[in-house]
Amino acid sequence: MKQFLAFVRKEFYHVLRDRRTLLILFGMPIAQILIFGFALTNEVKDSEILVVDYAKDNASQELLTKIGSSRYFNIRQAALSHKEILGTFQKGKIKAVVVFPANFNEDLLHHNKAQIQLITDASDVNTASMITNYLSSIIMDYQNEVNQNLQIPYRITPEVRMLYNPQLKGAHGFVPGVMALVLLLVSVMMTAISIVREKETGTMEILLVSPFKPVLVIFAKAFPYLALSLINVTAILLLSVFVLDLPVKGSVVLLFAESTLFIITCLALGIFISIKTSSQQIAMLISLMGMLLPTMIFSGFLFPIENMPLPLQVISNIVPSKWFYIIVKSIMIKGLGLASLWKETLILFGMTVFLLLVSLKSFKIRLQ
Amino acid sequence: MMQNDKVIVCEKLTKRFGDFVATNEITFDVHKGEIFGFLGANGAGKTTAMRMLCGLSAPSSGKATIAGYDVYTQTEQIKKNIGYMSQKFSLYENLTVLENIEFFGGIYGLSDERIQSKTDELLHRLGLKSEANKLVASLPLGWKQKLSFSVAVLHEPKIVFLDEPTGGVDPVTRRQFWDMIYEAADSGITVFVTTHYMDEAEYCNRISIMVDGRMEVLDTPTNLKNGFHARSMDEVFYQLARGAKRGD
Repeated sequence: MKQFLAFVRKEFYHVLRDRRTLLILFGMPIAQILIFGFALTNEVKDSEILVVDYAKDNASQELLTKIGSSRYFNIRQAALSHKEILGTFQKGKIKAVVVFPANFNEDLLHHNKAQIQLITDASDVNTASMITNYLSSIIMDYQNEVNQNLQIPYRITPEVRMLYNPQLKGAHGFVPGVMALVLLLVSVMMTAISIVREKETGTMEILLVSPFKPVLVIFAKAFPYLALSLINVTAILLLSVFVLDLPVKGSVVLLFAESTLFIITCLALGIFISIKTSSQQIAMLISLMGMLLPTMIFSGFLFPIENMPLPLQVISNIVPSKWFYIIVKSIMIKGLGLASLWKETLILFGMTVFLLLVSLKSFKIRLQ
Repeated sequence: MMQNDKVIVCEKLTKRFGDFVATNEITFDVHKGEIFGFLGANGAGKTTAMRMLCGLSAPSSGKATIAGYDVYTQTEQIKKNIGYMSQKFSLYENLTVLENIEFFGGIYGLSDERIQSKTDELLHRLGLKSEANKLVASLPLGWKQKLSFSVAVLHEPKIVFLDEPTGGVDPVTRRQFWDMIYEAADSGITVFVTTHYMDEAEYCNRISIMVDGRMEVLDTPTNLKNGFHARSMDEVFYQLARGAKRGD
């Protein structure tokens, strides 16, 4: 145990003395959260809105004035066909289109209900959902005003279309996503590099000749990164709660437990890479290309998996970060507990055990 | 010599990798306090032999005991009783002199008091007192090598294995380094050293020369030179190594 502690202390010296490592360790998560975070809290102020008014009657004009008088929107009017509307989105300036059907007022008068179509560019998920929320509440407002003098209330239904990304996937997904990314980088890359460095410098040989058990060398090297990763998880959660106002709906304890599990998965991967490679550069490249890229693509963090072709969907199942991403998202945003996440947890656990066994086995073979 | 005076006993020690016989039935003994030179061209099988003796790799056949412990079954005990220094510089550059000593003392399981007293003694002997809190990276190579050797014998092993310890070091420092080796041998530590410098070979009590995995000769430098009618160890080595079929 004393030997183990001596080793762990040495590892901390290494980490704390290397400015670059420190920067990656603690600068990156903060930078990522802030960058993604401010993309999330995109201001909707002065958004360009295109109004296509087929009705041009009293009701549509009143409602338009109301929308136009809010500080959120700048209104432009144009008479366009449905196809032309799609074209305007592709130019990118217009954030949303409001379409009044031809007999808007008539419908209200005779049927007491009418529809308005709201089309938004949901490729920018956050802006799109915010704009539709604002527009809908302005419409509700108008409806309530008018209804005060009526016996049979009018009902105006905004029919919302989210272009490009109808399910609004990834709305708050970036915090779990960043968490997966950061843990992956810290645990896989840093561990792999730190072990391979000892091979490169020749100190690994000295360690293997010492009575210190080889398996303990590996654990002692991985341990500090487990601790540092947990600090990172804490930092990310604090930032997301206090800077981005994204609360953790589910159990924080469960979140940390699942994070620890994922960190161990990553450490096992890092150890495996370090055993199979012999230079720091190669270890880094493999960690980046082999781990980071699949996480970006297959975790569902940036691209919805449901929209991928079937073979890619199948591949996504072997990426550990996908499962971790689902777990964190469910705990943080949906507030789910272990009861509904046991399947994902079990898959991740299975992967961890498998990776640990494989890397320990190949480590033993290396020693022969 | 008496049997219990032998700290390394090797009998037909062999290591095969598939069809390739890296080390072929080497047989030799090394006595306590002896400086044993282990010579051979690159690829002659020195490293493989040394790895077996250190308990890093299991032999394919043959017998060997190190400090009385069996290389097949008691590698754990062997590791506690040997020190090792490789041709690659083997301390941590971004740790201070003191931290390196503490770390290696720590993983060899020395008590804090023992590490403390050893550290004082070592720093005093090397004249490194004022550098104790400097990063090892900032020391000149010669000092690094001397420090490295001192760390390798920190836990007072019975045998210390030195794998080309003086590679890239200037002649003056090499001379000082060999003074340290003599000192260690005088205190009863057996020194098992590989080198490519033939002048260093002359400093050894006995020398073995490996050619193509076999141990061709084993004797004192003087006897070897006489036997080969050579004026220097250089010539002895050339005569033997010329016949080698394996290279790098």
